[in-house]
Amino acid sequence: MATLHDAPPATAGPPRDLPAGADRPGRGLVRKVLAYALLVVVAALVLVPFAWMLSSSLKRDNEVFTIPIEWIPREFRWSNFVEIWDRIPLLTYLGNSAFLSVTITLLQLLTGSFAAYGFSKVRFPGRDALFLAYIGTIAVPWQAYMVPQYIMMQRAELTNTYWSIILLQAFGAFGVFLMRQYYMSIPDELCEAARIDGLSEYGIYRRIMLPLSKPALASLALLTFVNTWNDYMGPFIYLTSNELWTVQLGLRSFIGQYDAEYAMMMTGAALSILPILAVFLFGQRYFIRGIATSGLKG
Amino acid sequence: MTHVITQPAPSSAPPSAGPRSKRAWRPILIGWSFILPNFVGFALFTLIPMLAAFALAFLDWDSYSTPEWVGLKNFQRLLSDENFHVALRNTLFYAAGHIPLTLIVALGLAMALNRKIRGVQFFRTAAFFPYITSLVAVAVVWNMLFNPTAGPINQALEAIGIAHPPRWVASTDWAMPAVIVTSVWRDMGYYMVLYLAGLQTIPNEYYEAARVDGANAWQRFWSVTLPCLRPTTFFVLVMLTIQSFKVLDLIVVMTDGGPGRSTLVLAQLVYREGITEGHFGYSSAIALVLFVIVLTVTVVQFRLNERRSA
Repeated sequence: MATLHDAPPATAGPPRDLPAGADRPGRGLVRKVLAYALLVVVAALVLVPFAWMLSSSLKRDNEVFTIPIEWIPREFRWSNFVEIWDRIPLLTYLGNSAFLSVTITLLQLLTGSFAAYGFSKVRFPGRDALFLAYIGTIAVPWQAYMVPQYIMMQRAELTNTYWSIILLQAFGAFGVFLMRQYYMSIPDELCEAARIDGLSEYGIYRRIMLPLSKPALASLALLTFVNTWNDYMGPFIYLTSNELWTVQLGLRSFIGQYDAEYAMMMTGAALSILPILAVFLFGQRYFIRGIATSGLKG
Repeated sequence: MTHVITQPAPSSAPPSAGPRSKRAWRPILIGWSFILPNFVGFALFTLIPMLAAFALAFLDWDSYSTPEWVGLKNFQRLLSDENFHVALRNTLFYAAGHIPLTLIVALGLAMALNRKIRGVQFFRTAAFFPYITSLVAVAVVWNMLFNPTAGPINQALEAIGIAHPPRWVASTDWAMPAVIVTSVWRDMGYYMVLYLAGLQTIPNEYYEAARVDGANAWQRFWSVTLPCLRPTTFFVLVMLTIQSFKVLDLIVVMTDGGPGRSTLVLAQLVYREGITEGHFGYSSAIALVLFVIVLTVTVVQFRLNERRSA
């Protein structure tokens, strides 16, 4: 498993955590045991909901709520994971989620990194004011302009199409911000040298910046993919036809329709986070880098 | 974020060509050519709607009527709208719970997980995973955990001797605390990562110096860790504030504002009035109030931060 230990240590000095109380033998061990105990408690608190989800997804409905709780099902009903595909068009939902997530991620990467180059490596009047406008919009609650966006989409007759979701999410300011943060850390001298060698600005972007910014691109890709995959309000507002629904909407509909079918609900929930789990385990170092980058300050 | 805004351009003087010469236009054209593909979408679908939202708040406009300028009428209506008062109170309640709790839990997690012991990576991963888990799954699972009779939480509470535990999502008093607990659980990993990054920028020498001076663990935390984490804490606070005031999706899925109006928040009222009911003008007025609240709190935070670092 890759590590979440990603931020480079500020000083390359001795190991960060000297065993506390190393001067008094014995205390180090006690501390270590205490630390582990604390970690186990924390991990349990974090993981219990997931355990509940998994355990319930393998039960019959009438076995989900029992007193006392059975954390391990009496009989594992793997058939829930087969049945659910017939109950709701889960494959369609998964396909829709995948389509939206991939499309939006690609557009974000492409236009975001391109714009970030303009904002970080090309100097022209008005640039910083424009960037300020980008940054400013990140802080505005989305609900404040949700209604005008909706009216626009309605007038353009794009509601209940993927266009509405894609257009509204593909040009986010966050991607530009994140990529710019990374480009700022690449020395200008590199671009200068390339300019002197006769490379055009587009050439520098394509041949130097893009290859150098692979980690940042990966961060942005993962963050955007996960956000789009997990987005609920967007599809909830814009997609009314069942065949356009994403996994999130599909799950929700399942809850309303079959109120008592808790086991199925948990089966669906477990299935809906599987792709995210895969993406996460595959690229967690980039997630962390992306988040840490968004919190960078001077 | 402050860094980006205030960062002085190291060599911002344009190449010293004649100001009116053709060459002065080149960087402008090139710069814009890079920004344009994103900017067109950004302007059209974010910037313009944002500006439109301001204007909309001063219009009387339902989905079927023609827009009419009514000045402050929408805002006057807010004063006597019971739903608005309830939503405002609930939003403040949520923020008052979510912001400090998430901050404390995230910092605690980061402190606990910022050590070199075997398996720490696993614990970090575990703490972070809720943040990227689908919100609907989170909401449904926690709703079940909070089940008043047979849910694990109340069974645990009864086991430790609490005879009548709260009815959580089924109770008007306890639904919001249940939502807050869920959201803290979901968000703590994200802020933990920010704090971990912050902790790793603190030079170890500071701790050694404090030890030499005889500071105990608690004193080291107060006099070294916390002051060094101030920039991180400020950023976390600003992000948490913005996030708290616009909470919507978790509530829509978990409680849909209920029971009664006990978890109705401002963002949800904006959604209901604007998109469900089609009261565009009135909805935008509520949104504007929400925006002004967030802006005010954020500006106050920036001011306090400046004063303390001065």
